[in-house]
Amino acid sequence: MAMTMTQKILAAHAGLAEVHPGQLIEAKLDLVLGNDITAPVAIKEFNKIGVKTVFDRKKVVLVPDHFTPNKDIKAAEQCKLMRSFADTHDIENYFEIGKMGIEHALIPEQGLITAGDCAIGADSHTCTYGALGAFSTGVGSTDMAAAMATGTAWFKVPGAIKVILEGKPREWVGGKDLILHLIGLIGVDGALYQSLEFSGPGVTALSIDDRLTVANMAIEAGAKNGIFPVDEATLAYLKEHGAKAPVVYHPDPDAAYERVVKIDLSALEPTVSFPHLPSNTKTVRESGEVRIDQSVIGSCTNGRISDLRIAAKILKGRKVAKGVRTIVFPATQAIYLQALREGLIEIFIEAGAAVSTPTCGPCLGGHMGILAEGERAVATTNRNFVGRMGHVKSEVYLASPAVAAASAVAGRIVSPDML
Amino acid sequence: MEARGKAFRYGDNVDTDVIIPARYLNTTDPAELARHCMEDIDSSFIGSVKKGDVIVAAKNFGCGSSREHAPIAIKAAGVSCVIATTFARIFYRNAINIGLPIMECPAAVEAIKAGDEIEVNFATGSIRDLTTGKSFKAEGFPEFMQKIIDADGLIPYVQARLGLAGRKA
Repeated sequence: MAMTMTQKILAAHAGLAEVHPGQLIEAKLDLVLGNDITAPVAIKEFNKIGVKTVFDRKKVVLVPDHFTPNKDIKAAEQCKLMRSFADTHDIENYFEIGKMGIEHALIPEQGLITAGDCAIGADSHTCTYGALGAFSTGVGSTDMAAAMATGTAWFKVPGAIKVILEGKPREWVGGKDLILHLIGLIGVDGALYQSLEFSGPGVTALSIDDRLTVANMAIEAGAKNGIFPVDEATLAYLKEHGAKAPVVYHPDPDAAYERVVKIDLSALEPTVSFPHLPSNTKTVRESGEVRIDQSVIGSCTNGRISDLRIAAKILKGRKVAKGVRTIVFPATQAIYLQALREGLIEIFIEAGAAVSTPTCGPCLGGHMGILAEGERAVATTNRNFVGRMGHVKSEVYLASPAVAAASAVAGRIVSPDML
Repeated sequence: MEARGKAFRYGDNVDTDVIIPARYLNTTDPAELARHCMEDIDSSFIGSVKKGDVIVAAKNFGCGSSREHAPIAIKAAGVSCVIATTFARIFYRNAINIGLPIMECPAAVEAIKAGDEIEVNFATGSIRDLTTGKSFKAEGFPEFMQKIIDADGLIPYVQARLGLAGRKA
């Protein structure tokens, strides 16, 4: 039977010649991930199982990134529990403050994932690694606990939506505009229980950072995973980051898809998701006058070096508008250092932006940029649900780093060419 | 396994951020999480929910974050079952894994009104609206998932498979 790329990876990890949509399988895992919110629940459950230690101390990755640097005593206690578990089980890939990053930026950067891998993480944005040709998906803490004990997880084999990309994006348009446009097109449950499989000649026009942004938000369309074909850019990225040898899977030419969506990248415009769903998309031109109180540039979606370079290009020689709090979050320590060396941090500070150590903080309304009642933020993050960044009556508008930086200068939502 | 209680009604895309806002995720204590359950979508929920009550929602219930704190909070609040048209996939897994009964039943979702008295039987998938006298049948679970449900969740299921049943760490 013809299979999609996702189905081939799942079949290989389940030790099966083929799988079909809807089939329940048990697959071997190459990576099991948790953070300071989800791992504490998983650790409690793991301790109930009664196994002596984790299935593979090199394949369990623990990253304190959500409420860190510890925002309060309770958060500190959760991190302490995770740190102590990492010590007890000699977890090789535990990343302490000072070495850490936002998990989904950190794992590809550290070469901990490669093409053909099968990975789960107790964080919904674990689907990010599909950008590198891996199957990766978000699960809950109990799945993480069971996976730490057994090295396996159960999956329902997904069908797929094929997304054919054509053309090349225009200036100031990138991966974020593509994924917001796609979610606007198919809806927040448009890919429920399915894979989003990207293909077509337009793939090569997207940088790896762009692809990571796109795969990252597959979950926002309800997808189990988002996955890109492996090309020369992927192989070069994996090599540069010291990832283990890739296993490259191609979808069968006659694989069945539940739906085919074609997107012409050259027709995309800077796009914004209005409150309170990622699918409430408009182009910036259609957005009208949206005044903002805060601009957040960072997160697992858009905190990579190319994102910061775009923001710096716009903020260079300009000032953040009066009354707009602009906060830039490099996603990892390495990205932070790179930005510092390239002079980007100086540009941000001279423009009147604050620069923070890596944290998920404001994206999920944790800390470091919470909104008051009635306040509005434009953010390069991934969700704009009710209360996501703070008060239940605050608003989040999702956009690219280009739009977030330009909006910080204008004090309202604009694209760079409107400055 | 049966339960009986009052229906709380919600619409499409109830996300895990409104089920349990992130500002309360600095704890793993189910009772504490329950005190803030549904706070950002229905501030009166926690004051009125009683043991056995049922949440009835439409499409894509539990979308967004993978936080298991969401089904944990719902379960600890005393909710016996969530009935929805569809569930977001991570919430679906999490509910089965922690032993929170869920049922997919579009017809029931269409008919049940807020405040109706509902009786559910998890074993048969039967849903009865005692207020209106209407009956519904939820989709059954695949055999493998039913085994996890019957084991009271993924951890006891894994323990049994590893031959560690009954052991405590």
